[in-house]
Amino acid sequence: MKLSEIVAALDASVLVGEDQMDKEVNKCGASDLMSDILAGLSEGCILLTGLTTVQVIRTAMVAGVGAVVFVRGKKAPQEVIDLAKAQDLPLISSPYSMFVSCGRLHDCNLTGLTGQR
Amino acid sequence: MSGLKKSFYIKARDFNRAGEASISVQNFLKSMNFDPGLIRRIAICGYEGEMNAVMHGGDGALSIEIDSDKLVLEISDDGYGIEDIELAMQAGFSTANDEHREMGFGAGMGLPNMKKNSDQIMVASEKGQGTQVQMIFFLNQGGQID
Repeated sequence: MKLSEIVAALDASVLVGEDQMDKEVNKCGASDLMSDILAGLSEGCILLTGLTTVQVIRTAMVAGVGAVVFVRGKKAPQEVIDLAKAQDLPLISSPYSMFVSCGRLHDCNLTGLTGQR
Repeated sequence: MSGLKKSFYIKARDFNRAGEASISVQNFLKSMNFDPGLIRRIAICGYEGEMNAVMHGGDGALSIEIDSDKLVLEISDDGYGIEDIELAMQAGFSTANDEHREMGFGAGMGLPNMKKNSDQIMVASEKGQGTQVQMIFFLNQGGQID
């Protein structure tokens, strides 16, 4: 599934990475615990989180996450946006809660990190 | 290639910069054409260790040493140390505070995840004496460099 389709499914806005909307992602992890992402099969996934700290971006970089979605319409601090830009990491903001965002993406046939649905 | 060593300073409680050392290592190993899967394992171990040092350590250092057959990653700090290493190695055990949890850490998965992603791990620590974590990654399975 293309990032552009994920943005459409979530009525989301793109904070960073307009030029990467053709990128394909097929699995999704949702967590506010960065260790869960680091311990999971998170390479190439999209990460849904309610956290907007620089550590989310660094976790994504270290784990090879394909894109980050902030839920509940959270506004990321400028330093977070700048770091994601510098690393070419797409950042997306969903107006929906974690639950509703996950439900919408599940409807789009995205799987969890282990491939389960 | 043997005996190449790189070292990075880790500043205690500097949460804004925490992780920079591990990402520098990640970028360096990419430039050396290491196997991507191996780089990910090393970066994850480095980052978990670096976060531990920033959260619980005094100032510290992260270093890598590359030999022909292995890469050694070491994270050391001058912090308050680990009282019971066996307990700290158990998944879910954590001494993190609310500030750490607000940043998404403190799940008690740091050391277990470092153990899972490295080929060998040695943890040396005593209360009040700082902590040294050394991890070894063998390079003979796709991680070899030219």
